[in-house]
Amino acid sequence: MYVYDEYDQKIVDERVAQYRDQTDRFLAGKLTEAEFLPLRLQNGLYVQRLAPMLRIAVPYGLMSSKQLRKVAQITRDYDKGYAHFSTRQNIQLNWPRLAEVPDLLAELATVQMHAIQTSGNCIRNTTTDQFAGVAPDELEDPRPWCEIVRQWSTLHPEFAFLPRKFKIAVCGSSEDRAAIHAHDIGLELVPNDAGQVGFRVLVGGGLGRTPVIGSEVCPWLEKQHLLSYLEAILRVYNQNGRRDNKYKARIKILVKAMGVDAFREAVEQEWELLKDGPTTLSEEEMNRAHGFFTAPAYRELDGEASETSLAAAVDADPIFGNWVRRNTRAHRVAGYRSVSISLKATGYAPGDITDAQLELVAELADQFSFGEIRSTHQQNLVLADVETEQLQALWQQLQSAGMATPNIGYLTDMICCPGGDYCSLANAKSLPVAEAIQARFDNLDYLYDLGPLELNISGCMNACGHHHIGHIGILGVDKKGQEFYQVCLGGSQAKDASIGKILGPSFKQEDMPEVIDRILSTYVGLREEEETFLDTYRRVGIDPFKERVYAKAD
Amino acid sequence: MPRLIRDGAIVEDDWLPADEDVTTPAEGQVATLDQWLHESPKPRAVQLEPGQAPAPLMDHLADLSLVVINFPAFMDGRGFSYGRELRERGFQGELRAAGHFIRDQVTYLRRCGFNAFQMADEHLLEAALDSLSDFSEHYQAAPDQPLPLFRRRA
Ligand code: SF4
Repeated sequence: MYVYDEYDQKIVDERVAQYRDQTDRFLAGKLTEAEFLPLRLQNGLYVQRLAPMLRIAVPYGLMSSKQLRKVAQITRDYDKGYAHFSTRQNIQLNWPRLAEVPDLLAELATVQMHAIQTSGNCIRNTTTDQFAGVAPDELEDPRPWCEIVRQWSTLHPEFAFLPRKFKIAVCGSSEDRAAIHAHDIGLELVPNDAGQVGFRVLVGGGLGRTPVIGSEVCPWLEKQHLLSYLEAILRVYNQNGRRDNKYKARIKILVKAMGVDAFREAVEQEWELLKDGPTTLSEEEMNRAHGFFTAPAYRELDGEASETSLAAAVDADPIFGNWVRRNTRAHRVAGYRSVSISLKATGYAPGDITDAQLELVAELADQFSFGEIRSTHQQNLVLADVETEQLQALWQQLQSAGMATPNIGYLTDMICCPGGDYCSLANAKSLPVAEAIQARFDNLDYLYDLGPLELNISGCMNACGHHHIGHIGILGVDKKGQEFYQVCLGGSQAKDASIGKILGPSFKQEDMPEVIDRILSTYVGLREEEETFLDTYRRVGIDPFKERVYAKAD
Repeated sequence: MPRLIRDGAIVEDDWLPADEDVTTPAEGQVATLDQWLHESPKPRAVQLEPGQAPAPLMDHLADLSLVVINFPAFMDGRGFSYGRELRERGFQGELRAAGHFIRDQVTYLRRCGFNAFQMADEHLLEAALDSLSDFSEHYQAAPDQPLPLFRRRA
C-alpha cells in the first residue's frame, strides 16, 4: 500500500496544526459558527443529533494492521470503544469531543491517517473495488490511480468551495464493484482498439434526491492526461454548478441542464488550456504510484491441491462450508482466496465494530493476509490475500469472536446508513428497520435459497445508504411528523446499473418485515430456474410485487 | 484609506473602489465589468462578481493593472477558478480578492494566484497574514508553484 514520504507527512502535519488553530479560535469566539462550519467539515467533523461525528478517511478502503490498531486505541481514548464503517469505505466515530479532535487528528497523523475532505463541498475520498489487485476479473489495478487522484485532490486550492460535495470512483475490473455509475465522476480502466489501457470517463451519476446514472463524457482518455482532464471537469463544475439551491447543486444537475454534449464541449475547451501542462502525469510518477501496489510475497502453492483439501474440510463441517461459500472468493493467485468479514451480525448496527474486534482483525491480517485490511462500501472488511490452506484456522478465530456471519451478498448483508439514531438530517430511523429485517430472516437456508440480494436502507433523501441502487431499497420519509418507509425495487449498482422504482405508498416501521416478506415470496413464487431476484424483477416488472404487497389481508 | 494585504505586506489601497452607480469610472477607480465592457479606452482596473467569468478580459490582460474578484459570500468558490484562469492565461498585474472571504481561505487564494487581499473586516488583516503560510508544501501545480509535487519529489 502507499507509504508517506516526508512530503506527505508534512502536509498532513501542517493540516493538523492549521485545524488546531482553527478550533482554538472557534472556542475563543474568534471564528463564527458559520465560518467554522466548512473548516470543521473539511476535517471530517459534523455536529450530529447527539454529539459531533468524526469521519476518518480510509483512502480507497485500504488500511494496515498498524492503522487499525491505532483506530481501536482512538475509539477507546476518545470515544465509546467502537467505530462504524460507512458506505464510502471510511470510518466514523460517533462521540468525539470537539475540543479533542485536534489531538485525535494528531494521533491519526502518526500512522499516516487523516480526516481531510471527508465532508464538506469538496472532493471526497476516492473509492474503488475492495478486491483491487487480487480479483481474477481485473484488467488493471485501480489503486495507483486512486492514490494519484488522492494526492491531486488533497487540499486542492481551487476546488475546496465547490457548489456541493464531489465523489470519484475508479473501477479496473469487468464487474463493477465500485458503483462508478453512481458517482460524480466514474473512471473505468478500459482498453482502446489498439489494446492500450486508458480511462472511460463518466460524469454526473449520483444518488440523493435526484438519482441519475452517469453519462459518458470521454470514451477513452490516455492515462497521462487523467489529472488535467479531471481538473477541466471540476473547473466547469465549479464555475457553472448551481449554488442557489443545495438540492440542485450536484454536477449531475449541471450535466442534465447543459446536456452531456454541451458539457463535454465545455470540458474540452477548458482542457485545451490544461492539457500537456505540468499536471500531465510523468512516466516516473505513474511508475512510482504503481510501485506501492505490487504483489505481496505470495508463496508458490499448489492451487488444485489446496482446493481439494478445502472441499474436504467444507464437507466435514457444514458451518465452515457456509462461510467458505459466502464469505470467500477466488483470487488471481493459485492457492489464495479473499475473505470478507461480515460486519452484519444480527443485533449489531451494520458496519459497527468494537475496539477489541478491530484489534482482532488487525491481528488476523498480520497472521493471514500480509498485514493489510480493506473496507468495503457494503460496510464489511476484507482480508484480500489468505492462503486457502489457512482458511479454517482463520475462520475458527473469527467464529469464536462472533465475526463469522456467513451472509456476504445475501439479504442480511444489508447496507444501512446511521439514520435517525445518530444523524441530524434523518427523516426516520434506519437501524431498527435493519435489525427487524435481520431478525425476521435469520434462517440461513431461506437466505441462501433467496440467492444474492442487496437490500439498502437510507434514513433520508441524501441516500447515504444507497437505497436507489439496492435490489430492494428502503427510504425513511417524513409523513406529517411520523416516520414512514418507502420501498423501491430493481435498483442495481453493477455495470448494468439501474435506479430502483418506487413500489407505492410508504409503510409504518412495524410493517416493514412483513412487506419485505411479501416481496420475497412474490419473487420465490415467480422465479424461473436460476433466476436471481433482480432477474425475475426485470422479467416480470413491478406489478406482481405491488399487487401482493398492497393486497388486503383476507 | 482602506487597507489590504499586497504581496505579503499590509498597505493602503491606492485605487478607488468600484461603484456601479457611476456611468464612467473616475481616474484611478476600479470599473465594474459592465463599465469596463462599455468604456473605451478600457479602464486599467476591473472587478468581477460571482457569475462573471473572466473570459471577456482575456484579450486585454496586458493592459490591466488590477483585477478585483469579489467574494460576497465566502462559501461561493467560483472566484478561485477565475483567479487561476487569469494567471494561467498570463495576467501579471495585481489579482485581488475582496469582500467576505475568510482568513482560512487566503492560503488557497494565494495558491490560485491572488497576491492581494482586501477583507471586509480590516481588523482581520494581521491574522490573515499568518494564515498565508499555513502550508509549506502542496501536491498540485498552481500559479504559486507551477510544478506539481510529483515533478519535484526528490
Ligand atoms: S441518508 Fe440521511 S439519515 Fe442516513 S446518514 Fe445520510 S443524511 Fe443521515
